[in-house]
Amino acid sequence: MSSSANHAVSYPRFLVRLLSVATDGGLQFYAWMTFLTAIALVGANAWAHQVADGMVLTHMTDHVSWGLYIANFTFGVGLAAGGVMMVIPAYLYDDHAMHDVVIFGEILAIAAIVVCIGFVGVDIGRPDRIWHMIPGVGRFNWPMSMLTWDVLVLNGYLVLNLHIVGYLLYHRFTGRKPNKRWYMPFVMASIVWAISIHTVTAFLYAGLGGRPFWNSALLAPRFLASAFVSGPAFIVLLLLAMRWLSDLKIGAGPIRTLVSILRVTTVVNLFMLASEVFVEFYTGGSHTAAAQYLFFGLEGHNDLVPWMWTSIVFNVVAAGIFLTRKGIEDNRFLVAACVLTFMGVWIEKGMGLIIPGFIPSTLHEIVEYAPSLVEWKVTAGIWALGGLVLTVGVKCGVAVLSGHERLVKG
Amino acid sequence: MSDSADGVSRRTLLKAAGATLGAAAFAQALAPLASWAEGMSSEDFLATHYKELDAEGLKTALKRIEEDTKKKTGVDVHVTADAPIPGVKFGYALNLSICIGCRKCAEACHEENNHDRKTNNSYIRVFEMDKGSIDFAKGTVDYAHPVPQPDKFYMPVQCQQCDNAPCVSVCPVEATWKEADGIVVVDYDWCIGCRYCEAACPYHARRFNWQAPEVPAKEINPDQGYLSNRLRPQGVMEKCHFCLHRTRKGKLPACLEACPTGARVFGNLLDPDSEIRWVLANKRVFVLKEELGTKPSFFYFFDE
Repeated sequence: MSSSANHAVSYPRFLVRLLSVATDGGLQFYAWMTFLTAIALVGANAWAHQVADGMVLTHMTDHVSWGLYIANFTFGVGLAAGGVMMVIPAYLYDDHAMHDVVIFGEILAIAAIVVCIGFVGVDIGRPDRIWHMIPGVGRFNWPMSMLTWDVLVLNGYLVLNLHIVGYLLYHRFTGRKPNKRWYMPFVMASIVWAISIHTVTAFLYAGLGGRPFWNSALLAPRFLASAFVSGPAFIVLLLLAMRWLSDLKIGAGPIRTLVSILRVTTVVNLFMLASEVFVEFYTGGSHTAAAQYLFFGLEGHNDLVPWMWTSIVFNVVAAGIFLTRKGIEDNRFLVAACVLTFMGVWIEKGMGLIIPGFIPSTLHEIVEYAPSLVEWKVTAGIWALGGLVLTVGVKCGVAVLSGHERLVKG
Repeated sequence: MSDSADGVSRRTLLKAAGATLGAAAFAQALAPLASWAEGMSSEDFLATHYKELDAEGLKTALKRIEEDTKKKTGVDVHVTADAPIPGVKFGYALNLSICIGCRKCAEACHEENNHDRKTNNSYIRVFEMDKGSIDFAKGTVDYAHPVPQPDKFYMPVQCQQCDNAPCVSVCPVEATWKEADGIVVVDYDWCIGCRYCEAACPYHARRFNWQAPEVPAKEINPDQGYLSNRLRPQGVMEKCHFCLHRTRKGKLPACLEACPTGARVFGNLLDPDSEIRWVLANKRVFVLKEELGTKPSFFYFFDE
């Protein structure tokens, strides 16, 4: 009885303290949050216009019917799944140095899922009918539609990570030892779940027989490989930023572990790309047209060519840096490699994956696509929203883990 | 924290002011949504899925559409919802030997189905192809010269009304389905506009309403169907429906009636004496992209 009474007092207290931490900070913090809010506002306004006037404000067409939004959605799912690459060493291999920082991987996953849901939301022509998707209330075409699977796994992953982060932080706040029964099963589930969100997202494309560029069994493995590049790369940058901006002491161990992961995943990712390129171009025939368009241009149409080669150069250079000693020892090299490969995967998994699925069209017409200003505004707005969630999450995490926020000051 | 009590309250006050300012800014940013919501009634928002409408509900829904159209365009239209005819499965065959590529079919579709005038939308795309190949890579829809050209043949493509339709499987909300007479339909009042079906279709048969379609009042075809040519709302998918508001009443599709060469054959696949069954039994027939296993109900054939 006493324990539940305690929770009734300490849990609201915990939430109030977090709210205070989330809205309190120095000038730098307020400037950063104002900056992100301003971008989110621009995005919200652009989206409102898009809903009112129609998706004609985007540059999508009946030929290229998914564009920048779905490209960013796909990349975001990878980022969310990549967050789990902290969880595997921490719990599966029992790396204790990782235990504290693993929470930041999960906070990243939460922010990334918010971004994903945002991008799917703005891509829908009739947001007022979103309730048609609610199982029981609307008509949820499960298990046939891969999109319904995606809705389930993404929301499930969000809930799992919210639970794990919330549970661990709350116990650190109250000074209680967390009960393994209440988080270990969820941590293990989140590992499987992280893989599932990206597999399901890949199946969404790979299952379409009419789109040879996507209709490849390698798509899901490739998605995972690139997720395990972009996720850890972002977390390395995040940990370095936290070391610089906060007084939470993060040792060299976790970063070294992440770089070890990146050494393998960047190379595996490039290897899979090379396999696909070989099969496409050695076989030839009309199925190669999309890859031809992406890498070399097709019949004088080559909007994506510079993007794709930029991505390849970024990923190759980053993989090279990670493999040298400097990649681990010199932070300047480490940061450069992480930024390069993050951008490289953003191009490859975003525009480089979605757009060639539509060019040439199923009847071999070539209509090119470049996002409109409205699309860029909305996209920036959603990433800014993700940035707000991440900043608040990390700030709360640091405050609790560093011992600044405790139920009983000691 | 070393703030004095005064400092804390000032800080709280500033935070509250900031939050209020932020909320006001977001409300302002989202203002365009207000005008959008104005044009929408609660019946629109709470529309029932077509399959869940009973006889009474369907009557109300048809009346609502007629009244809405009257209000918005001033035109008196008649909207019907004919059920599939038992014992009928529609099939379409197209004679590539005599199609001359005049695009009268695409034009007839445009007028019959109240397509957006500005985009010149139609459910039919006519490809001009090089003789000696049926590779679409060698075809084009952008031809502007007298037809037929001697070294070309012409291939109209529209919805193939697949038995194993990828567009139907992928829809997350069952807004598109295959009717008993083989026609794949869209419920314009249920579609959420995610365009997954458009990505899934191997025949480029689906069209999205990137904005509300516009048809001048005097050009609106008043003979409309719930699942076919009624005026579509913004943000939803549409596609060829074999003119079901005509064909379920025993008439022929508009594209067939417009064809000057008689290249098009439409009929009941379940009737062994139908013309289309004769074509399937006696001509060299093929379907588009047979290797995908979509099982089209649309066939192409040659004379010679």
